[in-house]
Parts: sequence; C-alpha cells; structure tokens
Amino acid sequence: MEPIGVVDGVAIPYLHDDVDTDRLIPIRFLRRPLADGYGRFLLADERFDAAGAERREIVFNQPAYRDGTILLSGHNFGCGSAREGAVYAVRDYGIRVVIAAGYSDIFRMNCCWNGVLPVVLPIEAIAQLVAQVEAAPGARIRVDLPAQQVHGPDGKAYSFDIALPVKQRLMAGLDQIAGTQQLQAQIDAFERAHYARMPWVMNREA
Amino acid sequence: MSGASTLFEKIWHAHRVHTSADGDHLIYVDRNLIHEGPFYAFDGLRRAGRSVRRPRQTVAFPDHYVPTVGRERGVEAIVDADMRRMVEQLASNTAAAGIPHFGIDDRRQGIMHVAAPELGFITPGMTVTGSDSHTATHGAFGAFASGIGASQVEHVMATQTLWWQAQPRTLCVWLDGTLAPGVTAKDMALTVIATLGVSGGAGYVIEYAGSAVRALDMEGRMTLCNMSIEAGARSGMVGPDETTFAYLRDKPYAPPAAQRAQAEAVWRGFATDPGARFDREVRIDASAIAPMVTWGTRPEEALPITGRAPDPARAEAAARERLQGALAYMGLAPGQALEGLPVDRVFIGSCTNGRLQDLRAAAAVARGRRAVVPSIVVPGSRTVKAAAEAEGLHEVFLAAGFEWRDAGCSMCVASNGDSVPAGERCASTTNRNFAGRQGRGSRTHLMSPAMAAAAAITGRLTDVRTVGL
Repeated sequence: MEPIGVVDGVAIPYLHDDVDTDRLIPIRFLRRPLADGYGRFLLADERFDAAGAERREIVFNQPAYRDGTILLSGHNFGCGSAREGAVYAVRDYGIRVVIAAGYSDIFRMNCCWNGVLPVVLPIEAIAQLVAQVEAAPGARIRVDLPAQQVHGPDGKAYSFDIALPVKQRLMAGLDQIAGTQQLQAQIDAFERAHYARMPWVMNREA
Repeated sequence: MSGASTLFEKIWHAHRVHTSADGDHLIYVDRNLIHEGPFYAFDGLRRAGRSVRRPRQTVAFPDHYVPTVGRERGVEAIVDADMRRMVEQLASNTAAAGIPHFGIDDRRQGIMHVAAPELGFITPGMTVTGSDSHTATHGAFGAFASGIGASQVEHVMATQTLWWQAQPRTLCVWLDGTLAPGVTAKDMALTVIATLGVSGGAGYVIEYAGSAVRALDMEGRMTLCNMSIEAGARSGMVGPDETTFAYLRDKPYAPPAAQRAQAEAVWRGFATDPGARFDREVRIDASAIAPMVTWGTRPEEALPITGRAPDPARAEAAARERLQGALAYMGLAPGQALEGLPVDRVFIGSCTNGRLQDLRAAAAVARGRRAVVPSIVVPGSRTVKAAAEAEGLHEVFLAAGFEWRDAGCSMCVASNGDSVPAGERCASTTNRNFAGRQGRGSRTHLMSPAMAAAAAITGRLTDVRTVGL
C-alpha cells in the first residue's frame, strides 16, 4: 500500500449524498481479475452510456478534471455493499483522497486498507470547496495528512479528525497483518482461555 | 465488569484480545463467512506466504455467481467464463486452505446468510465477520456480526482477529405491540430504516428489543437484523432466548449433546441486563406498522402501501433535487399513489426473504391464483428448497405460473445474470432499491414476500390485506 503524506491535486466535484457501492462499481465488473484495472469501471454506468461512449455532461469526463486525485462528495459516501472493489476502483482511477461529509463504516475501513484517505469535513465546507472548484475547473486542493488539514484553492485551511492508528497506517503504508502477528502470543493465550469457556467455537468437522 | 451491561458490551468485552496505546481494539473473531467475492484475500495470503489460521472457523458458500437454473449440470451450467472462474476459485482456494466449502453441487449450498445458520454455525455470544454487508443477519442469534471488505477478510483468515478503531455505540430499537395481519418482519425492518434514515445507524450496533421482536421466530429475526446495514449500522442483534436455543438444538455445527448444558448456560449470560444503558433508544409502535413498500432509490424511502410518492414541490428546498431525481428514475409522478402501480416482474428470494416462512407466506397468497407478470421464486438455500418441496409449496407456485428455481443471490444483485431489464419495474423481496442494483436501469420496489406474491397475481403494487391472506 502506497503511503500518503501530502496530496496536492485537482479536485473532482461530485456533490451527491448516499453514493452507494453498486453505483461506484456495478457488480458485473467485480468478477474481473484485479489486474484488469478497476479504475475504468469507476461509476461506469454514469460515465458511459449503454453503448459504452463517454457521457460529456459527467464531470469525470471533462478535460479539466481528467487528472483529478481528490474527490469531493456529500453525506454517507460508499453506503451499501461491503465490496472492496469500490475502493479498488477509486484508487485505481487515481484518487488518493475522498473528502465527504460522512461515510458508511465499511467503506471508510476499506479505504484505510487500500491507501485512500477518507477525510470528513462539514457539508458547508465541502460546498465552499465545490463552489471554488466549479468556478475554476482544474483548481487544486492540498490535503496534508500529517497536519490533518485541507487547504482550499483560495488558501483557506480546514482541519479534520482521523483516528491515530489509521493515520499512522496510511502514512506508513503498513502491512497490518504483520503488525498483528507480533501480538501472536497474546492472541494464542486469549484463544486458549476462550476455547475453555466456549469449546464449541473451535467447530467440528461437518 | 461492574454494573449493568448491554448484550453488545458483553460480547465486546468477552472478545477483546488487546487495546493498543492509541486506542485500537483487537477483537477475536469466532466465525467468518465468505462467498466468491473476496478472492483478493486468498491472492493476498498467497503473495505473502501466509496460511489460514483457523480454517474450521470460516465457512464458504458460492452464492453470488451460481445460476438458478440448470443446476443438475453443476458448474457446467455457468456459461460466462468469469462467473465460472469465481465459483471454481472459491472451491479451489477453500480446499487448499482446509475451509469447509458447500459448493454448487452440495445439497447444503445456499446464500451464506441463509445456509450458514441452517448448519448451526453461529451461536449466541459470538463475534462474526463476513465478506458481505448483510452479515448482520447473524445478529439474530445474539451475536455481534459485521460485514467487512476483502482486506479485512484476509486479516481475519490470517489472524482470527479484527481491529476496531473505536468501540461502536449502542442503539436500542424497541418494537412493542402485536403485528397486524399481513404485516411481517420485513415491514418492521423497512419501518425501522424509514425511521432512522439510511445513515442514522452509522457508528452504532442496534439491539432490537420489545414484544414484537420476542414474538418473531428465528427466520423473522434474521430478516430484521439483515437490513441493519440499510440504516447504516454495522450490526444488529436480538438477545437470545428459548426460540434461539430451540432452533439450534438439531443443527450439525451447534454444540453436541455433551456440551449442550454448558452452552445454554453461557448463552443465557449473553443478554442485556435490566437497567443497562444504551447510547440511544428509539421506540416504534409495532401494532401500527402497515405493509410497506419503497418508492425511491434509497431503502429509507419506504411508505405504507396506502401511501403516495412525495411531491418535491412540498419538500424542503435542500431535498427537492434529490426527490425529483428519484421520482424520475423510478418513473413516478409527484404524489402518485403506490397502490395500483403496474409492475413488470416479481422476484421472491434473497438473504432477506428467501427462507421457508417467506416462501410459505408467498405461497399462501399465490395458492389457487395466477401470476400475470413474469415471477420467479428463488429459495435462499437448497435446504429451504427441499423443505418447501416436502410440503408442496413448489406445486403451489408452479400451478400459479411462477418459476421455481435453485438457490442463490440471483436477482437481488444480478451478479449471476438474473437481472431486471432497463426501465422495468420489479416487486422484490430484497434489501436494496439502489439505482441499477437489479441491473442497469432497473426499478426496484422492496416489500415482503406476501406483498410480492400479491403484486404477481394482480400485476400491480397491491395491499396484501385486500386480496385475502
């Protein structure tokens, strides 16, 4: 997982509430190998018409936003299914940071495991950022994870909260399984006591 | 621990392995469920040279990509090469890891949220993860059950644990009163979601309590817990009781007779103590719930069947554009009555409503009548299918012109190719009415199995109370 520090990039204004994961990547693409590149499937049914042609009116298809690395959206982003392919699509498209007013819990966790920073800002702040970006398409936003700040095109700074372990993991690009396995002795001891209390947890052969 | 605790708090504390200095909690995972989706997790384990730590604490079912017709031909029935690979690689990955796998040919195959409980795989007080957001279904057994992404599945398989950044808050939804005739657990679930909103449960674990919940059988409790994610909650649960214990008594994976007394004693301890405090409580009068149907593209957009689609002109300005978009997508006029709206097809099945009681309720409406639009019934598992056939339900459906198919997720999510054509309106017993969920351009109305059967025989959204139960 590629570490995140400061991301200075073009922001894509996509101010919708309740953007669900079926929308972020229609399920018919999820049987494809990851090597196919999921970025081209991101929001596929909005970006492309039924014949597969780009729809010009969609912000993603406008030249100023083509190289966007920061996505601006509304409330409850990534709701619905647990499919991690939605985050693979976001990441493979080139987006490193999502700035939204809220996330589904599962999507937010999936971001943190895949090097995508899920920033939460108040909807009013996001509306200001969207207005500035729409007034000057291609405008850049600077997201500083170490300082936990977003700097808008006009230079205004917005602070955001993030759980410390998540921040550290995103900044280091850590393999969390290796970290957890350092606690192996503790897990083993817990498990022995747990199996003694609830032996059926071990499960039998079917 | 001192003082009164909630069920969730008891499970949390009984599974906490470690809390880091910066407040990360490592929680032991008793049970993990997987389908074809998280193949990335096996790829990741292989790349890192890791093995599955406790393979018997995971079970696997192909459900998203299995066909619902031609199953006597097994995997040969899958025409699409990518779909077939999804089913085959689940079989090979689980075989290599030693994970129990109930494959496309197995008589116990089904949607994992229907088939795993039939094995007795989940018992009270457990922590459960699953590669699917509807894993909250298993909270019906008094377990803490959460959907997770593929990376976390990989972590669970490697370590049998999961990190949580914060202990979820607790929300008690009280449903008291007796359900009216024609009203089911599905109507309770849709009412809860309409009350909380699609993100109202975010950060919470919901405990469903009250006399209407107690009165539900295990299948109804699973339906109710199943849709917790549609209110944004990571998990939903019901305290275990005699109904739970009786359900588990003859299940193959449930504790054997020799452990039975010990198990039930432990299980009884997993109940919310009198006087325990929840972070939030919501009260709903269950006796006032009517048969529900969704009109829009978010699960909270549900109304009694006697209701009317909203009029954006009368909504607050901030909501207007969104309502107009939903009405346009659904092909509805502002203020249009829901009852009587013509439907193009009917789907009965899914992890929400694909169990035996669901099929009985639909068959009771269909019996002796005739479906006037294409209607399919997809049992949630092959066990459900066999039980339904043993009591002749398939004959009721077939005589009424419904298709009687084999088990899988099918038209709920359209990943196996069973889809709703663009622009068509489907009366569906599923869990999500998102735009495009049942196929590009599909229009979904969520409802109970009895309501869906009523729609099949009239060809319109119909108040099941008017067709006779």
